Amino acid sequence: MMSTDLSTTEEEKMTENAFQLLPASVPGKEELLGWLRQMLLIREFEVRTMQAYQNRLIGGFCHIYIGQEAIAVGTIAAVNDDDPVVLAYRDHGHALARGMDPKYCMAEMFGRIGGCAKGKGGSMHMFDAEHYLYGGHGIVSAQTPLGTGLAFATKYEDEVINGGKSSHVTLCYLGDGALNQGCFYEAMNLASLQDLPVIFVLENNRYSMGTAIERGTSMAHDLRVKSEAHGIHHAVVDGKNVVNLYKDFKAIADWCREESRPFFVEAQTYRYKGHSMSDPRKYRTKEEEKTEESNDCIASLTAYLEEQYEVTEDAVKQMARQIKTQVRQAVEWAKNSPETPMDELYKDVFTDHWGPYTGTSKPEMLEGDAS
Amino acid sequence: MKVATTERVIEFRDALNEAMSEEMRKDSRVYLLGEEVAQYNGAYKVSKGMLDEFGSRRVIDTPISESGFAGMAIGSAMRGLRPIVEFMSWSFSLVAADPILNNAAKMLYMSGGQFGCPIVFRGNDGAGGQLASTHSWCVESMYANVPGLKMAIPYDAYDAKGLLKSAIQDDNPVFFLESERLLSTKGHVPEEEYTIPFGKALTRREGKDCTIISFGRPLHFCLEAAEVLAKEGIDCEIIDGRTIRPLDIDSMVASVRKTNACVVVDQSWSFASVGSEIASQIHAYCFDDLDNHVFRVHSDDVPTPYAHNLEQAYLPNTRKICEAVRQATYNA
Repeated sequence: MMSTDLSTTEEEKMTENAFQLLPASVPGKEELLGWLRQMLLIREFEVRTMQAYQNRLIGGFCHIYIGQEAIAVGTIAAVNDDDPVVLAYRDHGHALARGMDPKYCMAEMFGRIGGCAKGKGGSMHMFDAEHYLYGGHGIVSAQTPLGTGLAFATKYEDEVINGGKSSHVTLCYLGDGALNQGCFYEAMNLASLQDLPVIFVLENNRYSMGTAIERGTSMAHDLRVKSEAHGIHHAVVDGKNVVNLYKDFKAIADWCREESRPFFVEAQTYRYKGHSMSDPRKYRTKEEEKTEESNDCIASLTAYLEEQYEVTEDAVKQMARQIKTQVRQAVEWAKNSPETPMDELYKDVFTDHWGPYTGTSKPEMLEGDAS
Repeated sequence: MKVATTERVIEFRDALNEAMSEEMRKDSRVYLLGEEVAQYNGAYKVSKGMLDEFGSRRVIDTPISESGFAGMAIGSAMRGLRPIVEFMSWSFSLVAADPILNNAAKMLYMSGGQFGCPIVFRGNDGAGGQLASTHSWCVESMYANVPGLKMAIPYDAYDAKGLLKSAIQDDNPVFFLESERLLSTKGHVPEEEYTIPFGKALTRREGKDCTIISFGRPLHFCLEAAEVLAKEGIDCEIIDGRTIRPLDIDSMVASVRKTNACVVVDQSWSFASVGSEIASQIHAYCFDDLDNHVFRVHSDDVPTPYAHNLEQAYLPNTRKICEAVRQATYNA
């Protein structure tokens, strides 16, 4: 279990000032099977994304989430459906874990009108208002002040507008590259000053593009100092084991919600693929990749389910087959979605009509919520 | 254009204060944040008394952290809050360029119409008094280049209030550019509520010989120049654009079709500027109406100097405007 404290001496760490949270209990079989399903879905989706990219159905920059699935699934499972989520650019997995239909996610990457952002954002910009998903954001760490702002907004809504108690918690994801951007520290400083319920979820996959964390981040061996400088608790969670991760993260999320305070959570993980689709991965060894992949989040959850609930290999295979079909259908749907029509070019620049601008409209994904 | 209907006279800064306070009384989603806006009552006393009225949850002192608090405000606007972000100076907005340009201005588009950004960024723009170059930015030309934002530049107290109320009510990001040199100027502001729509220019002086187009503080020098030129027999019409995006090019074109001569006065640097944009549009729309090409008056194409004499020479001033009008009207 994580031990987080803000004290300065070893003695204090061991005694009265130590900040400890009791781990949450593990959900039952059905929920765990749901997590497995989501992780398999993300992985299959990403495999098909890479294929589509190679077939030139997807353009631009495209960042694959394979290897990190446990983090999106375990952290999102630990919060409520109406808690805000904001992301960096490696965002497909979180969008799916949050509940976006994979067909809208794929169509977005295909640049089609059926995409979640009508083909205007692409791979790095997954938005879904119905699921309180406030975007993937392409500029490294730009999402961290936004995450602080989302937490500011929920607290303001709950307390100032509705006169109640702050009842939400915002999840703000970042990669280890974002640790070196100034705005992250501004975001943490403001979150601490304002007592904002936001969790900065660091997905430490050890490389910012091709730069190993030790080469770009001071104190990389002890990242707690990054948040403790702002009076924000830090915890390390197991980014490769969704059960372990959930137990710790759920306790943190509940604490942040109750106390209306920020948290800095470091989930240690590894991305199996390159930084983006164009990365030959010459900055790390095949041996390292092999070692990391031998501790796989899907394999570990499968083993746990087999051990605890006697879930059979056949049942998992059956699930994987269903997911293959679902993702294949998503790809087909995206292919059949029309190209974004020309009248969208001047739409969504402003909410109102003036000059060449033609107001705004909602994507098909939010049908029923059309403005 | 309608002018003030009562004789109540207040300072420009108080007009801004009234606009914010009135909108905050009406809509609990509106809040103000920025450096020294609360306990200090505003670095320029624009938010004086607002902490007392609205409390620290809605009038929020931020640390000197423009990138952080601009981004925080934008995040809150994505959920439907309506922040007013005060930059003590627009010069300091440069360290927040990523959130204000990449997030505020593009959020609606990049989210495919899902998340707008109803936010106002406001503060002093342009040279103060001997602040030297890093503190004397005129950001209008640089920022007006970006689609997705609106931009207003008030000249007097009446416009300051009416335009700021429109800005706060707008569902889109608005860059609201004030001038430290205008904050203490006084003007008629009626008691009764009013707003001024964006995209509607105001004719500040009617004339038949030459159209002068400007925004914000340089209008003061345009009006002075018009008096000087009137004595020389040159009758200037002065158009206050009021907003740069939307730009009321129609009113500008209508004036130039009447006068057949045009000078654009823009306090930012000349290269790729609001002035060059307006000149280009006037050339296109008034090609057959112009007796001469459009003349432009800008700040000189150098960093803003500290020395008083150099700074005065550098800024658009009455002398430069008079010279440009004489040239445009073949009276040089």
